[in-house]
Amino acid sequence: MTAVEDAPLSAAGNPIGFGRMHRKEDVRFLRGQGNYVDDVNLPGMLHSAILRSPYAHARIVSIDTSAALALPGVHAVITGETLAGLGLAWMPTLSYDTQAVLATDKVRFQGQEVAFVVADNRYIARDALELIDVEYDPLPAVVDAKKALDPDAPIIRDDKEGKTDNVVYEKWEAGDEAATDAAFAAADVVVTEDILYPRVHPAPMETCGSVAHMDPVTGKLKLWTTTQAPHAHRTVYALVAGLPEQNIQVISPDIGGGFGNKVPIYPGYVCSIVGSIVTGRPVKWMEDRSENLMSTGFARDYHMNVSIASTKEGKILAVKVDVLADHGAFNGVAQPTKYPAGFFHIFTGSYDYPAAYCAVKAVYTNKAPGGVAYACSFRITEAVYAIERIVDCLAAELAMDPAELRLKNLLRPEQFPYTTPTGWEYDSGDYEKTMRVAMGIAGYDDLRKEQAEKRAKGEYMGIGISFFTEGVGAGPRKHMDILGLGMADGCDLRVHPTGKAQVRLSVQSQGQGHETTFAQIVAHELGIPPEDIEVIHGDTDNTPFGLGTYGSRSTPVSGAAAALVARKVRDKARLIAAAALECAPDDLEWELGRWYVKGDPERGRTIQEIAMDAHSALELPEGVEGHLDAQVVYNPPNLTYPYGCYICVVDVDPGTGQVKVRRFIAVDDCGPRINPMIVEGQVHGGLADGVGMALMEVIAFDEDGNNLGGSFMDYLLPTSMECPDWELGETVTPSPHHPIGAKGVGESATVGSPAAVVNAVIDAISPFGVRHADMPLTPANVWRAIQGRNVRTDLAVE
Amino acid sequence: MQTPAPVDYAKATSVADALAKLQEHGEEARVIAGGHSLLPMMKLRLARPDALIDLNDIPELTGIRIEGTEIVVGAMTRHREILESAILAEHYPIFREAERLIADPIVRNRGTIGGSMCQADPSADLSAVGSALKGSAVVVGPGGTRTVPLREFHQGPYETVVGPGEILTEVRYPIRPGAGSAYEKVERRAGDWGVATSGVYVVVSGGVVTDCGIGLAAVGAEHYCSPEGEAALVGKEPTEENLAAAAAATAESCSPNADQRGPADYKKHLANELTLRALRRAARASQGA
Amino acid sequence: MQVTITVNGVEHTRDVEPRMLLVHFIRDELLMRGTHWGCDTSNCGACTLWVDDEPVKSCTMLAVMADGKSITTVEGLAKGGELDPVQQGFMECHGLQCGYCTPGMMMCARALLDRNPHPTEEEIREGISGNICRCTGYKNIVAAIQWAADNPAAAQSEVTA
Repeated sequence: MTAVEDAPLSAAGNPIGFGRMHRKEDVRFLRGQGNYVDDVNLPGMLHSAILRSPYAHARIVSIDTSAALALPGVHAVITGETLAGLGLAWMPTLSYDTQAVLATDKVRFQGQEVAFVVADNRYIARDALELIDVEYDPLPAVVDAKKALDPDAPIIRDDKEGKTDNVVYEKWEAGDEAATDAAFAAADVVVTEDILYPRVHPAPMETCGSVAHMDPVTGKLKLWTTTQAPHAHRTVYALVAGLPEQNIQVISPDIGGGFGNKVPIYPGYVCSIVGSIVTGRPVKWMEDRSENLMSTGFARDYHMNVSIASTKEGKILAVKVDVLADHGAFNGVAQPTKYPAGFFHIFTGSYDYPAAYCAVKAVYTNKAPGGVAYACSFRITEAVYAIERIVDCLAAELAMDPAELRLKNLLRPEQFPYTTPTGWEYDSGDYEKTMRVAMGIAGYDDLRKEQAEKRAKGEYMGIGISFFTEGVGAGPRKHMDILGLGMADGCDLRVHPTGKAQVRLSVQSQGQGHETTFAQIVAHELGIPPEDIEVIHGDTDNTPFGLGTYGSRSTPVSGAAAALVARKVRDKARLIAAAALECAPDDLEWELGRWYVKGDPERGRTIQEIAMDAHSALELPEGVEGHLDAQVVYNPPNLTYPYGCYICVVDVDPGTGQVKVRRFIAVDDCGPRINPMIVEGQVHGGLADGVGMALMEVIAFDEDGNNLGGSFMDYLLPTSMECPDWELGETVTPSPHHPIGAKGVGESATVGSPAAVVNAVIDAISPFGVRHADMPLTPANVWRAIQGRNVRTDLAVE
Repeated sequence: MQTPAPVDYAKATSVADALAKLQEHGEEARVIAGGHSLLPMMKLRLARPDALIDLNDIPELTGIRIEGTEIVVGAMTRHREILESAILAEHYPIFREAERLIADPIVRNRGTIGGSMCQADPSADLSAVGSALKGSAVVVGPGGTRTVPLREFHQGPYETVVGPGEILTEVRYPIRPGAGSAYEKVERRAGDWGVATSGVYVVVSGGVVTDCGIGLAAVGAEHYCSPEGEAALVGKEPTEENLAAAAAATAESCSPNADQRGPADYKKHLANELTLRALRRAARASQGA
Repeated sequence: MQVTITVNGVEHTRDVEPRMLLVHFIRDELLMRGTHWGCDTSNCGACTLWVDDEPVKSCTMLAVMADGKSITTVEGLAKGGELDPVQQGFMECHGLQCGYCTPGMMMCARALLDRNPHPTEEEIREGISGNICRCTGYKNIVAAIQWAADNPAAAQSEVTA
């Protein structure tokens, strides 16, 4: 186990190891010299645009592309029929379903891809879309997941032979139903609530896109694309298109935010490849914002019925959740294959009780596909929201302070490693300590006093708590794969003769600062200053295989790989140093950056000297090859389990329903922090997500299946005005099985914060008898909650 | 990013030049001011003018000044100039209160009062302010210049009295010594269009409300105003009870539609609540409190 | 139509369609890629640059409307190879993550400080409210702008990566 220590500073002033340092990648971003996909310009490159369905559900009668093709500047118009000729009209999703690349038979959601135009520039491509004549025969749309299983519901996936309903999967269970029912039967108190986690969208600032260049002479396909998983994408393209995998180079350059939106393969990527094959020229496809919001991977859409059982003293006995999951028109969820509901069954949360059970049913609807995205840690967002909301409902029922109720039920340090009622093995934690730190920063008791005083004056202030545990870093190959690809990641490290190094990763940064953090990990293990270590990522021709960055897995998986590959180099360096110092390897001792002779510390070789030795004429012992490099593949033995306690303070204006987030306290325990500055930044961003989802973000649909959140005028993202000055704290409980103890933090705040905000708002308006209201808590929805009205926030406002 | 359809373009250097160019390019030509209403519509291809006549380089259309008993605001005056205008701040704080909540600072650098008034979005804050203050619009066309009361300027959602070939050149507001004014808005998020807004002026003299104006946006108030609410208050003392009655009459006169910002009854409730809050503050201000 | 636009002090003359958006003129015609775009509706602010020293969303202005005007983009923020204090502040305070909103955010911030050299936190928050960031939760952006206000003459040499 590595403790958190202050690392020594390099000549450039950077920590040789863990600590705050400026990000290496900032240098180019600050000068406008980033290289995002839309920045890629190749000689002879053409542009493209996609014609999308205006209907949520309609049969395609005919498509006439002749006028579009006749427009000067148009090079190709590709339809589903064109693709069918190539066997590419349909593609597999990451969940073993199929998805139309370009619709052939029917359109199944508003915004679905129908035709693809390749033209000289963006403007002409867009002009040509207006000249494509599609005749549709509209069909009734399935919009409400709860009506998808009605006997008279139209069948969405009639492309699947013998399909007679809209079921994606009938029942996926976890936990012990009988034991849970027994615990409920014996409980003093049972509280049940219908809780919706509505459909939201990750909406990274950069939309999705690609530049495809199939070299007609060499047959090599180069694809610059907005992907969080370049290697997985390469393999899928090889499998789908029958292209030889060695001839596919997927390049994921700078990515303008991902949040899970850039994990799936989208029809536009495939079309750009086909466009390049058809025209023999590079083809760029960049979706606009509406296309991003209407067609690419959404998140959540979980209708949850949650029940909790307890003693009258507030000891939790059991929790039960029944879920109806809306997967949209194609089952395109991106998650470990053996877990069709993701990691939702971690819903038992951070508490000590013996029984739990969940059953999840998933349905098709006439909406865009997706479900697992938006920093959700494979649906742990939904799980945390369910448990943290229902615990607050229980507190209200028991008339108990929600902090007190949580403290009474939190897992204790001596219980770790702890196996949950649904089978997770939490690695380490000291939950009460973290919660006490958060309550201390918040001044919890004073806040409650202030709240009482304000209520007496008719002012409505609320305090909300959320305590979350995540499981991240998927995952052990034995249990976790996507489309048969095990979730282990490689890492290569090469130390050059002068002692400078390059480390190659399978994971891909979308803003997380990998070029800095991973250099620090290697620096920590080898003593090479981080400024002397270049991190190479995002190019399948130049990095080892691995499944990419999502589910907070970069540090837990690739971070471990980087530490281990550095240790492997360190071990090799020892052999080389022994040869140079003419002693036995066992006589050598390591200190940061140097092997030296035990008992004679003056005699030693620095890692830089050893690097030169390794490439020199120095005679090496038998079995030791020259050069100083190594590679590893890291197969995580378990997930890591970061956790935290969040406290939100809001003021609600009951006359208008407006909510002001006054304070937000976040105490995270993600183990040792490699670069605390980056960790804090990640937390800040996730907290803003929580405010967004809790208060304003939603993709609702009207009864015809029209998307009501299809632009940034309608899909509202929080601005600087809605975000408070985040107050952060930390505790450090290392993961026992991770080489540097780090647990991952990328999604913690997004996962943990929505419940804190909602709990605070409900707490504020509880004097009106409100116990629950669904997100987003817009002014209208808060006002209606105060009026005692139940509303479906995922449907059109009536 | 979405892109506009092909369009012709000409830069006008004076009002006369703009009128001539409009004539030249025919009925489907449109003037473009800050472009923050028209260009997004063109990108979505919901607007497809044949030609754009650019008014941005016509100095005579900009600026805020006092002429006699009126404040005159040139149609090409940017939101930021209105927000920062000392003249408007002195006579009508309602402008500053409204402007702070219109879109965002960068949009306000470019967007103009004329563009906003002519777009006639039912949620447009400056339309509510203009109707509250009972201002007038100066419209210039081939047939000459006419002055239209702002309460007759809007013919319905996205419709105004400005005909093809005409240009809005000025908006005028009567100065009312002793008036207090205020603007209230509920928005889902900073920069969003209002869920509901209400802006008012009140003149209290001798303990009685002698004059008032109530303007509203986003709540289905015809011509962005409520003469019913005003009638309920004029001649009465500005007591809480009387203000509340006027606010209630105002809400009663509105016919909002449900949309994703909220249901109709909520918006009606806000018309009441926001009008009451605005009236309270404006009445206090008029009384020098 | 022929337009002549000065960008970061260099005059460029091009023949463009009147419908071409200014952001596309900068990115596709001049191949200056520091100015980004993130929406269709003038909401996100990623495309913010200056037209005659005034921050403007370049997705909501036609290139022809900028004819004869002087434009400054993020590439013009550093002077003589030295980062502007705003750029330094963003690095010092970790005011950026994915970097996509950053150019627009910094152009907005620099203009804000030019008008108001000592803004309060509230003034900064209001000033950047038309620029959306999905990564930082804004706290460090606010801090970065405050840093720039506190270090108006900071030199690039203070910043190391």
